[in-house]
Amino acid sequence: MNKQLLHLSVVALVLLAILIVSTTYWQTWAVAGLADRQDNQTQRIARLTVDRGKILASDGTVLATNRKKRDHGLTIYTRHYPLNDLAPQVIGYATAAGTTTGLEQTLDDYLTGANTNLSNTFSQELDKLGGQTVHGDNVILTLRPAIQRLALSQLAGRCGAVVVLDAKTGAVYAMASSPTYNENLVAHHYPRIAKIKGSCGDASALQNSATQGLYPPGSTFKLVTASAALDTGKFTPTSPFFDPGYCTEYGRKVYNSSSPDSPTAHETFGHVDFASALEHSINAVFCDIGKAIGAKTILGYAKRYGFYSQPPLDLPPNVLDSSGLYNKGKLWFPKDPASQVDPGRLAFGQERMLVTPLQMALVAATIAHHGLEPKPYLVQKIVGSDGSTVIQTTPQTLGRVIKPQTAAELNQMMQLVVQGGTGTSAQIPGVPVAGKTGTAELGLGSVYDAWFVCFAPANNPRYVVAVVVEKQPNGFGGSVSAPIAKTILEKLLHR
Amino acid sequence: MALLSVGVLTAIGFATVYIALKSQISGGSLGYAVFFFGLYLVAHVVARFTVPLADPYLLPMAALLTAIGLTEIYRLGPSNAFRQGLWIVIGVAVFGATLFWLHGDYRVLERYKYVFGVTAIFLLFLPLAPGLGETINGSRLWIHFGSLQFQPGELGKIALIVFLAAYLREKREVLAQGRLKDWGPLLVIWGGAMLVLFATDDLGSALLYYGIFLAMLYVATARLSFVAAALGLFLVGSYAISHATPHVQARVNDWLDPYKHAETSGYQILQSLYSIAHGGFGGTGLGHGIVTTPTGQQVVPDLNTDFIYSALAQELGLIGAAALLLLYMAFVLRGFRIALSASDGFSKLLAAGLSFSFAFQTFVIVGGITRVIPLTGITLPFVSYGGSSVVANFLLVAGLLLISNRANRQEAGA
Repeated sequence: MNKQLLHLSVVALVLLAILIVSTTYWQTWAVAGLADRQDNQTQRIARLTVDRGKILASDGTVLATNRKKRDHGLTIYTRHYPLNDLAPQVIGYATAAGTTTGLEQTLDDYLTGANTNLSNTFSQELDKLGGQTVHGDNVILTLRPAIQRLALSQLAGRCGAVVVLDAKTGAVYAMASSPTYNENLVAHHYPRIAKIKGSCGDASALQNSATQGLYPPGSTFKLVTASAALDTGKFTPTSPFFDPGYCTEYGRKVYNSSSPDSPTAHETFGHVDFASALEHSINAVFCDIGKAIGAKTILGYAKRYGFYSQPPLDLPPNVLDSSGLYNKGKLWFPKDPASQVDPGRLAFGQERMLVTPLQMALVAATIAHHGLEPKPYLVQKIVGSDGSTVIQTTPQTLGRVIKPQTAAELNQMMQLVVQGGTGTSAQIPGVPVAGKTGTAELGLGSVYDAWFVCFAPANNPRYVVAVVVEKQPNGFGGSVSAPIAKTILEKLLHR
Repeated sequence: MALLSVGVLTAIGFATVYIALKSQISGGSLGYAVFFFGLYLVAHVVARFTVPLADPYLLPMAALLTAIGLTEIYRLGPSNAFRQGLWIVIGVAVFGATLFWLHGDYRVLERYKYVFGVTAIFLLFLPLAPGLGETINGSRLWIHFGSLQFQPGELGKIALIVFLAAYLREKREVLAQGRLKDWGPLLVIWGGAMLVLFATDDLGSALLYYGIFLAMLYVATARLSFVAAALGLFLVGSYAISHATPHVQARVNDWLDPYKHAETSGYQILQSLYSIAHGGFGGTGLGHGIVTTPTGQQVVPDLNTDFIYSALAQELGLIGAAALLLLYMAFVLRGFRIALSASDGFSKLLAAGLSFSFAFQTFVIVGGITRVIPLTGITLPFVSYGGSSVVANFLLVAGLLLISNRANRQEAGA
């Protein structure tokens, strides 16, 4: 019988060896695939046991932290946002159910410590073996809470957005979107947030209006047209024009806009040069410039500024909308701009052109930065739980958009806007401010989207501010948005 | 030497218990460890007196397995650990009593082979008795005495092995000739196993009994053709039954594609696989795994009984799970060594049956959990929570020690 016994013992050992193989399979090869499955309860709970990294403002103010709770033998961390409604659309949220948005989404790997950094992985394996909690990396943003708070209070519940950039580095100091909401309510009172509506009636508080809000740019787009006109060498700031109060397009008269002083009458300026046409935002002149250089050239310069592509910011792609012409709700680049796009109306920012406040801030930043477009960024630094620096952002440029001379000329022209043109309410005593107003027609009568984009000090630009306030009755860029930009610049410049 | 190995191995077991409990509850656990150590010391002394020449490794290995099981059960729910502790005491008592009773010559059992055979069948069918049985998870395996739950099939397994060892020893020559008359009792057993499968919807036990039957039949007759024929019969039978019985059919479908029923019948096996995968190579560490939701429900149902391997694999990782399986391998190897060293047919068959049943039961449950075979609910020997299982496995160890003692005594005498 001993032969059979030997056979049987081999069978028994093989059966047990199969178990070692199968267990090995599930604990090595299959791990990644199983971890990604939606119905994986263990992973869902495991996420809650990670001490998610903090999100801090540039001055160390805590924007997102955790609350620790011990429950049924599990240490659970739930997200808490101490500043409630300061920047929910930027920071985003991370819920217990595993939903993430905003920076909480894009930085998830760092915040959960899942990023594949060798030393990081090693120390985490040690932590796991020791049964320790996994600690995520802390993230330090470029946001300045005081500026962000000021921007929000200036918007005062109206629909709109404010973007503040560092003119040299592209660091985002504020990205305010209104209406806003308290992100601590997301976990248990989500329907309450969905109900929030701003003064404009339809914008959701969840939308990041600075990167997702698509607004007609109105006259702020004249900065792009002027860039094309000057940079191609077709015009100079002193090029002469005659403004009859309208321009003729396809045989029809397109009148200049009215002014805040006399809302019913169309302005007429007569003989002017290019610089004063921008200073007073004369549509008729820009209409002629548009016809002279063509829609293709204008759109070409818009592209160089970053229109038609997603801005390279550290937010999820689905909240970064591209600026450009829109047709039936979709981004549209005409195959033959000469025949498909009205160059006159495009030149002063109507004609289906839709832009984000971030994009307009980048246009102003490029002019301020001598024609080189700074790359915007929100993440200053990522620090491991052991205090080591994981990532330190170094400012980058996105390339040259316009010649330094063009930028210098535009800078001068924009200063005129604030000194004696449509943007005088942005004047700050002792500080030269360069800006451009925009009062975008919405086809709703005298209800406008009010724009102001600017930078200061104009002789050595440090800060760029872009403001849009949506659907303002008789609200002009110069009267509604320029004062907001001025207040923010004063705070930034300690005036 | 034996005492030393007991001491070292059990100490390792208790260190594990202690470390795990300290990190979670602290204090009190030391009492468990001391008490447990004392219990095994008593068991060891009893074994030294009654079967002095027996294999010195089996009892320590059994102790280590129970210690691992108790640790994990404590980790999953301290109140269950207390009850499991009581069952271990009862198991050790039964172990001691068996050694006292049979240390003269256990081969007297051969005389009562039909008693064992009938007992096995009786125990298997006991849960079907009205008012006594209870259906848990679709299988009717349990009986109730007041608040006490008991799975008689576990003891039935031991009785079956004794019967088969005695019967096959007696009939192995004539069976090899293949006359139908001698096959009668075996066909009754086959029919019984199929009936149990059909009546209790318990694929696991049917598989286990039949596996034991085949293994012992092969050892006794050396005829692979018998084994192949019997295997064929089993496959045909279970195929037919799996089509007739929704519960068994569901188990097979969940084995083939658990994702299809991820929210219903495949939930348990899938969550268990997620749990195992979460452990990865090194495991989460004892007491640090994810076994409950924040609201206190178990992530994997039946975690401390059938699915204890899933919790162990998560917390101990691949290293720990592989070590546990190697421990089972070592146990089984010692068992087969005893079978080889035994001089008479009954002892050989008994030792082989007990050892193989130990290995095969482990295969059926862990194989089910790791999707090697369809999942069937049986216990992981010595580790799972469950009194009947613990007592039955102590009987198994007692049997192996008795055989080993006799074999070594003869060798020493010769």
